[in-house]
Amino acid sequence: MIKKLAGCVREYLIYTILSPLLMIAEAVLEVMIPYYLADIVDLGINAGNLDVVRSVGLKLIFLAFCSLMCGIGGGWVSATASAGFAKNLQHDMYHKIQDFSFSNIDKFSTAGLVTRMTTDVTSVQQAFMMLIRMAFRAPTMLVFALIMAFRVNASLAMTFVYVLPVLIIGLGVMMRTAHPMFVKMFKIYDKLNAVVQENVRGIRVVKAFVREDLEKEKFGGVAKDLYRTNVKAELIISAGAPIMQFCMYTCMLLISWTGAHLIVSKTMTTGQLMNTITYIQMILTSLMMFSYMIIMFVIAGAAAKRITEVLEEVPAIRSPEDPVTEVADGSIVFKDVSFGYGESKDCLENINVEIKSGETIGVIGGTGSGKTSFVQLIPRLYDVRGGSVSVGGVDVRDYDVQALRKSVSMVLQKNILFSGTISENLRWGNEHATDEEIKRACELAQAADFIESTPGGYERVIEHGGANVSGGQRQRLCIARALLSDPKILILDDSTSAVDTATEAKILKAFREDLPQITKIIIAQRISSVKDADRIIVMNNGQIDGIGTHDELLGRNVIYREVYDSQTKGGDFDALK
Amino acid sequence: MRLNRFTGPAARPQSPGPAGGGPRGNGATRGKIHFEKGSGVTIKRLLKYIHSGGYTVMFVLSLVCMVVNAQVSVRSSLFIRTVIDDFIGPLLLQTTPDYGPLVIAIRNMAILYACGIISSYAMNVLLTLTSHGVLNTIRNEMFGKMQELPVKYFDTNSYGDIMSRYTNDVDSMRQMLSMSVPQVLSSLVTIVSIFVAMVRLSLPLTGIEILSIFVIYFLTATIGARSAKYFRERQKTLGDVNGYIEEMLNGQKVVMVFCHEEKAKEAFDKKNEELCEKTTRANAFANILMPMMGNLGNFKYALIAMIGGALAISGNGGLSLGAIASFLLLSKNFNMPISQISQQINSVAMALAGAKRVFELMDEEPEKDSGYVTLVNAEIDEEGNIKEVGEKTGKWAWRYQHKTSGEVEYRELKGDVRMEHVDFGYTPDKMVLHDVSLYAKPGQKIAFVGSTGAGKTTITNLINRFYDIEDGKIRYDGININKIKRDDLRRSLGMVLQDTNLFTGTIKENIRYGKLDATDEEIMAAAKLANAHDFIRRLPQGYDTVISGTGSQLSQGQCQLLAIARGAVADPPVMILDEPTSSIDTRTETLIQKGMDKLMHGRTVFVIAHRLSTVQNSNAIMVLENGRIIERGDHDDLIAQQGKYYHLYTGK
Repeated sequence: MIKKLAGCVREYLIYTILSPLLMIAEAVLEVMIPYYLADIVDLGINAGNLDVVRSVGLKLIFLAFCSLMCGIGGGWVSATASAGFAKNLQHDMYHKIQDFSFSNIDKFSTAGLVTRMTTDVTSVQQAFMMLIRMAFRAPTMLVFALIMAFRVNASLAMTFVYVLPVLIIGLGVMMRTAHPMFVKMFKIYDKLNAVVQENVRGIRVVKAFVREDLEKEKFGGVAKDLYRTNVKAELIISAGAPIMQFCMYTCMLLISWTGAHLIVSKTMTTGQLMNTITYIQMILTSLMMFSYMIIMFVIAGAAAKRITEVLEEVPAIRSPEDPVTEVADGSIVFKDVSFGYGESKDCLENINVEIKSGETIGVIGGTGSGKTSFVQLIPRLYDVRGGSVSVGGVDVRDYDVQALRKSVSMVLQKNILFSGTISENLRWGNEHATDEEIKRACELAQAADFIESTPGGYERVIEHGGANVSGGQRQRLCIARALLSDPKILILDDSTSAVDTATEAKILKAFREDLPQITKIIIAQRISSVKDADRIIVMNNGQIDGIGTHDELLGRNVIYREVYDSQTKGGDFDALK
Repeated sequence: MRLNRFTGPAARPQSPGPAGGGPRGNGATRGKIHFEKGSGVTIKRLLKYIHSGGYTVMFVLSLVCMVVNAQVSVRSSLFIRTVIDDFIGPLLLQTTPDYGPLVIAIRNMAILYACGIISSYAMNVLLTLTSHGVLNTIRNEMFGKMQELPVKYFDTNSYGDIMSRYTNDVDSMRQMLSMSVPQVLSSLVTIVSIFVAMVRLSLPLTGIEILSIFVIYFLTATIGARSAKYFRERQKTLGDVNGYIEEMLNGQKVVMVFCHEEKAKEAFDKKNEELCEKTTRANAFANILMPMMGNLGNFKYALIAMIGGALAISGNGGLSLGAIASFLLLSKNFNMPISQISQQINSVAMALAGAKRVFELMDEEPEKDSGYVTLVNAEIDEEGNIKEVGEKTGKWAWRYQHKTSGEVEYRELKGDVRMEHVDFGYTPDKMVLHDVSLYAKPGQKIAFVGSTGAGKTTITNLINRFYDIEDGKIRYDGININKIKRDDLRRSLGMVLQDTNLFTGTIKENIRYGKLDATDEEIMAAAKLANAHDFIRRLPQGYDTVISGTGSQLSQGQCQLLAIARGAVADPPVMILDEPTSSIDTRTETLIQKGMDKLMHGRTVFVIAHRLSTVQNSNAIMVLENGRIIERGDHDDLIAQQGKYYHLYTGK
């Protein structure tokens, strides 16, 4: 994991190395400054020597200046290094995700990937900055302050040694007991948020069933849980400051006592006494820093692990060596195909079908019958488990993936447009498309009318997630986008469900008359969408239940008949406009 | 010396808000402190919560502890002077040193220290109890208030916005109560104490101290302002990049289908580069701030040592050696509270803004309910006399108490709903329903058809008073629904909506939501009615399988089956079905058709559907367009009319 992450430092290596060096220098300087202060007091003030005061004072100012420079330099260098590191990390993750196949994405889920690329990267970035700054500064300061303290006066410095175990054990015990509390607390936070979320989203249900009191009770329970855990955790943490103070104060008393003896017996000066006190502060503060850092790293560790998972994921689908780059025609052959997602059992079994180039195929079947899985194998979005899928006479696994997908255009069930203008979105299909080509594709998809009638036309801006176009419009834009890539095979996965029947008929007519050479596979819920297809495949429980024309299937296929009856000639009231 | 209150991870609970919304980095607006208007009112209100929760004593006590603790810290610095001047000095002069007085002094100091430690712990404990207690009250109150808000509020406020009040805003309040306020106060106490001690030690040195503090403050404020500016810029870019990531990853499958990977990489890299630049700048300035403070403090330290030394040697200003020593220590300790105040003031400002947003939600106008007609269990004899009873009888009646005479009248709940000339708009300037009149006699089935946005759902939302009508009347069993107690009205209406909105919990609990005292048998019967029983039984834990609120383990269709079961178990006299089967495929729908028929039998039903089979056998079908009923009648009538319905039906 560390190795993988360290690989993201790259061009920022010099900054990454420089930062700790500068931090160490700064820490050393900061420890040295009080040492010279002792000289001012002892050699200068005590001896009544103003020259010494001035020379040491200037030395001090010089050191503080160096320390300042180191601090500024270190601040800048570490900011550059950590921002660069985060950039590379995000870059690597994003590029990796682009190489993922559908099954890789399914594994992480989109939300999971988003979290990893945003929140997780931030916490790793912060930890990285901490690492190249504090992780060097604090120990250096600790060690150096300790050395200096011993150099000033060993027997006085020994007082630390008595106190240190108290501090370390105290903080250690505290953090150990508190940590599980915090883990629990975060979980309850999630639960609390989930309750709020469900209530905000489902407020109509809550109100319709008059369950406000039940929900309040539910929320109150979780909130109480959160309160208790929070209080418990923080009460433990509350011991932190007193423990620190106890150690600090004990040191002060011990030093006052021992110091007084040492000064009286002339083995130490008052300046040295003061120094020692400053060093205790430094040692204890750096210890505090240390424990704080550990917590940071624990939190970031989980995030780093999640990031590494993405970076180490092996893309499930890759182009073979020496791939075929030309798709000859739009013929498709499924031979003994079986398929399943991830570890789950097969959702497609024993699929055998031959589709001729230019044919129009309808696919119909209930939810979970395997329609979508079936078509997703054609552009090799997933790999088969058994058997083979061939396009243009060649097994899809022998093609260059990009070449294959450019020839097989698919309109996904979940239609998505991206923020940008309509024409930008359409050019996804073909970035070099001319305005005429775009217009023509839109005409075929029956989208030209509404595009041209709205202000802005093709340059109208689509908002995030395509929120400002209706479902039916979105579907038509997606079809136009797919057409623009000039495919040999066009797959519509339930892509006209929100388009009204009349418009849908026009789209299908345009397909038939203007795009006869393209193989068209149309998945639909409505019989009307498929009844004019050359052949219709009826899917049921992951198997092909029947293939034939509308009339043939009406005659002999029970499922088809049932679906037909349930819809009669059915109009779709909702999809008007 | 002054110690930071130990801050564990509690200081930063990562509230999992919407992606891209969470604050990244720190000190987003350091340097420029911006208090919103009305902060005073907000503070007063917060104090009221402390008071009403009975935390006043605790809070005051914690403040007292804090003062004690700060005092001990300052005394601790001065103690060195006492030791050097009052004890070591004289001891050096004695031939046989008498450590007795020093022992007493150390003992006294030890007692003082003990007080400091105890008060520090007590302060932390008291603050923890107070702040979390107050926040718990606020959370509960906020949620309670939210439940009473009209549906309209949820239409006009985004989900992310409401969520962030529970996460970010409440959290910033927690930060403020348990950290910022005590730190600012304690820093103030420390500053004053140190200042007084300094003045007592040496006036000229104090002058130098104040001068240098001003210089330091000026320099850091300049840097801070820049840092704040860059942080704002970065925050914006970050939101931008996160938005891009979210959008693109959500559409990743589309990216792949269109072989758009290379372009996506290119675009992302460009944005990422910009973010890196902004982050570097913002962080660099933030990183510089601390060494700046520290080393300027060192300059000051050296300066005072030199000047103090010069003064001491020249014998001017009456400075003793111990006094310089103490002054230097005080001077060093002066930096910390000042930088702390400047940091904390900022988070106080942010927290007050958060508190204001929380209070805003609490101050929203709740749903109006001036109804006085209530729903009661009833016994009805053969002559139609109604008697109110306590236990459940399966019969219900409206209890109507005349305002003036106090006379009580009962009317049987039958499910007769009438709308008379109803106008309605979500905003007053845009009406979405115009002059809608319709009636549904008990047991009748009324269907609404029409295109999206025609106003079908709106009509049903008026019956259960999710929204109040602008003009016209809606009567339920002859009673104006405004006069019916809102909860009782809703209790008499069942609803199955297109958006299922299940809740985290077992399947059983989800179905039971419709009727809290439903037996397991009733739940199973309802599930069977909705044809959900089969798939539930196949789940690993059957009815006890825990599902998440989004029902992610179930298909959309299965969620709808559960929602139907939930509606069925409630067994209300009137039902509103808004596209209850939209995600169920036609075959399954055929299977549950019988169940749906049974569900609808014997009640008044309003149904919105786009499938003909659901609509066809209605007593009346309303065809809506642009908020008006343009056709009405049963299926045969409408076909005969050859109007809009006919066209929809035939697809011509």
